[in-house]
Amino acid sequence: MAESKEFDPRPWYLLAPSMLAIIALVVIPMSFILVYSFYENIDLAIDRVAFQFGNWQELLTDSYYHTAIWKTLRLSIIVTVLAAVLGYIPAYFIAMTKYRHKWLLLLLLILPFWVSFIIRTLSWIHIMGNQGAINGILMWLGLTDTPVSMMFNEFAVIVGFIHVFLPYMILNIYVSLEGIDENLEPAARTLGATPWQAFREVTLPLSLPGLAAGSLLVFVLTGGSYVTPLILGGPGDFLFGNLIYDAVVVELNWPMGATLSFTLLVLLGLVVALYSRLMGMNQLSKAFG
Amino acid sequence: MRVWTLLKVYSFLVYTFMFAPIAVVLLLAFNNSQFGGFPIEGFSLRWFVKLYENEAIIRAFRTSMSLGVLTALISTTIGVLASLALVRYQFRGKDFITTFLISPVLVPETVLAVGVLIFLRWLSMPRSFLLLLVGHSIIALPFVVLVVQARLVGIKREYEEAARSLGANPVQTFFQITLPLLMPAVFAGALFAFTISFDNITATIFWRPAGMETVPTQIFGMLRNSISPEINALGFVMIVITVGVPVMAGGLARYFSRKKT
Repeated sequence: MAESKEFDPRPWYLLAPSMLAIIALVVIPMSFILVYSFYENIDLAIDRVAFQFGNWQELLTDSYYHTAIWKTLRLSIIVTVLAAVLGYIPAYFIAMTKYRHKWLLLLLLILPFWVSFIIRTLSWIHIMGNQGAINGILMWLGLTDTPVSMMFNEFAVIVGFIHVFLPYMILNIYVSLEGIDENLEPAARTLGATPWQAFREVTLPLSLPGLAAGSLLVFVLTGGSYVTPLILGGPGDFLFGNLIYDAVVVELNWPMGATLSFTLLVLLGLVVALYSRLMGMNQLSKAFG
Repeated sequence: MRVWTLLKVYSFLVYTFMFAPIAVVLLLAFNNSQFGGFPIEGFSLRWFVKLYENEAIIRAFRTSMSLGVLTALISTTIGVLASLALVRYQFRGKDFITTFLISPVLVPETVLAVGVLIFLRWLSMPRSFLLLLVGHSIIALPFVVLVVQARLVGIKREYEEAARSLGANPVQTFFQITLPLLMPAVFAGALFAFTISFDNITATIFWRPAGMETVPTQIFGMLRNSISPEINALGFVMIVITVGVPVMAGGLARYFSRKKT
């Protein structure tokens, strides 16, 4: 016990490189975003040190920004709910199956993580585009003479997001289903529950932590994106992240870019904080175990 | 059971949804057509030849490779050190430190990218390869820590204590006992970091210096017009690298571990 009273510097030596890197590349930059949001933009890429609320006022009064926040929220919810609906059953199937090569199903689930994000996203143009597989089949069947337009709209963006984020959802649900005592469902059945009741009242509630962790990941990842709408969406399909991209890369308006970035950080941070208040942060790291 | 069959079919359809688009890219890479889409007009390797002759893509490929390897090196090194501290030592504020190490994941990548750029602007430093390198390393770090930590917990302290009591110093113990036992985790973490860097586009678009392209930003730039068949061939190559290498590494690891026993 005497040892624990003394300060042991050794773990701090080991932690120092990582902590310094995070301080320099995360903590300090995040404070700079806040400071810069009060600066004044004068011209392309030129700004002036100031303490004024012009950028924040613009954000609060211009309905263009409100539309973007609303669109982002709506799309993130749609993608999260659809991913949960699509993902729960395969996760349940993998967890419960007695199939000998279950590892193969799991490997296939992890495999998409290794396939390039941009390739997976653009591949939807090959499926739903004018020269895509669906139109090819429709025209070959003679159901239509001209290609049916399915691309570059909100639907395509949603499909692209779900395709990329679904494995996160399935993996998280699977991890929590796998942790449930497999005698519980049969026990409920013996006590007279129907299979559906046993699932609804025993398995489903016990798998909620995984469902919540998966939903949080999908929601936050969708809410922070901007590349998918650029590739699969039309001109009207933009997320809040696209406004940041436009402000920084196209308009070179750094103070506005900072203001928008800080807003996105706070909005998504609130979602994470709410989640960690309700569920704690442990479930999130389980999928890596 | 009827319900079970339904679940099976549903799961099969979801798997199809996940893999059909990838399969289509792999297939179209060998299409002889002028255009990147359907219909298929015969087998051809000419888009791979075109790809090899495309200097911009080869240059982007080189950039991505060196960036990925160096990112893996940096983030794995500092990540392993941090994981050792978290698993092997007791100290105050451990929970906070753990969350702190994971924090780069909690910040949306777009926001992280803009924040780092603004900081750099304040320092009046130009964008550079170095920025991409440290940026990718910080994005990969939390994943390395999670993977290595999970593995490290499973390695018994007794081995290390035995080595120490036989007269090895802490550094010797680390290199001769802990590190060899930890090697699979180090390797997994490094591969993970490489893939994260090789695949990154969200932050890279912001951070790359003018004129420098990685493979994803190069593809992104090429998409502006239409999908050229070269992109399909490039997709084929990327999938083979990012899926093939880990699967092969896993296979090799299994082969060697079987040989030993």
